Amino acid sequence: MRHLLDILDLSTEEIGELINIACDIINDPDKYSEKCRRKKLATLFFEPSTRTRLSFEAAMYELGGSVLGFSESSSSSTAKGESVSDTIKVVSCYADIIAMRHPKEGAPMVASMVSGVPIINAGDGGHNHPTQTLADLLTIYREKGRFNDLTVGLCGDLKFGRTVHSLINALSRYTGIKFVLISPDELKLPDYVTNNVLIKNNIPYEETTDLLAAMPKLDILYMTRVQKERFFNEQDYIRLKDSYILTPDKLTDAKEDLCIMHPLPRVNEISVAVDNDPRACYFKQVLNGKYMRMALILKLLEVE
Amino acid sequence: MIIDSITDGIVIDHITSGMSMVLYKYLNLDRLTCSVAIIKNAPSSKNGKKDIIKIDRPIDIDVDVLGYLDPGVSVNVIKNGEIVKKFHPDLPEKLVDVIKCKNPRCISQTEQELVHIFKLTDRENRVYRCIYCESKATSDRHHR
Repeated sequence: MRHLLDILDLSTEEIGELINIACDIINDPDKYSEKCRRKKLATLFFEPSTRTRLSFEAAMYELGGSVLGFSESSSSSTAKGESVSDTIKVVSCYADIIAMRHPKEGAPMVASMVSGVPIINAGDGGHNHPTQTLADLLTIYREKGRFNDLTVGLCGDLKFGRTVHSLINALSRYTGIKFVLISPDELKLPDYVTNNVLIKNNIPYEETTDLLAAMPKLDILYMTRVQKERFFNEQDYIRLKDSYILTPDKLTDAKEDLCIMHPLPRVNEISVAVDNDPRACYFKQVLNGKYMRMALILKLLEVE
Repeated sequence: MIIDSITDGIVIDHITSGMSMVLYKYLNLDRLTCSVAIIKNAPSSKNGKKDIIKIDRPIDIDVDVLGYLDPGVSVNVIKNGEIVKKFHPDLPEKLVDVIKCKNPRCISQTEQELVHIFKLTDRENRVYRCIYCESKATSDRHHR
């Protein structure tokens, strides 16, 4: 039995396999519409995340399966003081696979240690969010046709942005990747990612505070939101939240085939005026997320 | 200063000066009912000063704790007044319920009776990370 807790739980070959399945689903969705008939997905959202939950639920429904679960901890036994382990032991009696989001880092690992069914980490605090990375990878693949030889700009909150850390981990396994890390000094990529991933694997990178200067060299621009819930101090959040806002005029010197990505939800870091630019890919990312979650559910349930 | 030699027991020698009380705490030696001698700042030909702990009873020493906190120590097992075994603990690959994660966002802070586990992720720099949240371990060995 396999779980997905961290994007690095999947080899590059397995990611290639998931991308192939996702592309096949896109080409022929009817072929997959009954693949998970009589199977149940439990979506256990100990903290609210409407979009991720809906994506998992849509994915399971499109595979012909059904869904049960809760969307916030107040409507679960957690509110009565039940441990994660006990909740998972109970739910794994009802469901064939579990997607869980939890505010505490490492909660999905605890779940995987006691679960009788596969666990998918749908986000654990500021730690991991591997299915977002799968959505990002399918988007890159569909827009660029490759994972090699890309200059990837990551902009905004690189300190607390777990999607950024996961994407760096995932892309660092391909050749010819360069990163441009664009952030205020207070939200720079943590040393452990710089040292343990970029420097250790000899991945070229540059750190800058200047989005405009970096723009012309980028194949991909991955924007992030400065998230209020990651800050202990509200004053720091207010000071940094508007650090980088992408507007159409900032794209003047960008490549014609730039791929602009964002894990969403956005607050104001991408102007709505950018949405009509053909280079804006963030809503395609949402759709790609559903296809990759479908592919992942099939793989973890070992459905042929 | 004279401390009687022991007949059956354990001698932890070559403890980094100042670390004996940290080891005493982490090895739970306060729970023993036998004699335990802590010798601080004894002369050492190698490091100038060292600490020594003598335990007047054969016990199972948690070698992982020693290897993690002070890997330079040597452990002597004494039987009938003779050293029958001598070894140096290695840096353990895994620490189970030795230290606790201090990341307030980690599941180990709230989950009932969860075993605290750290893995050695960088042997050269002696870095351990929590298996749940991957936070770096901070311990008394850094703050003594």
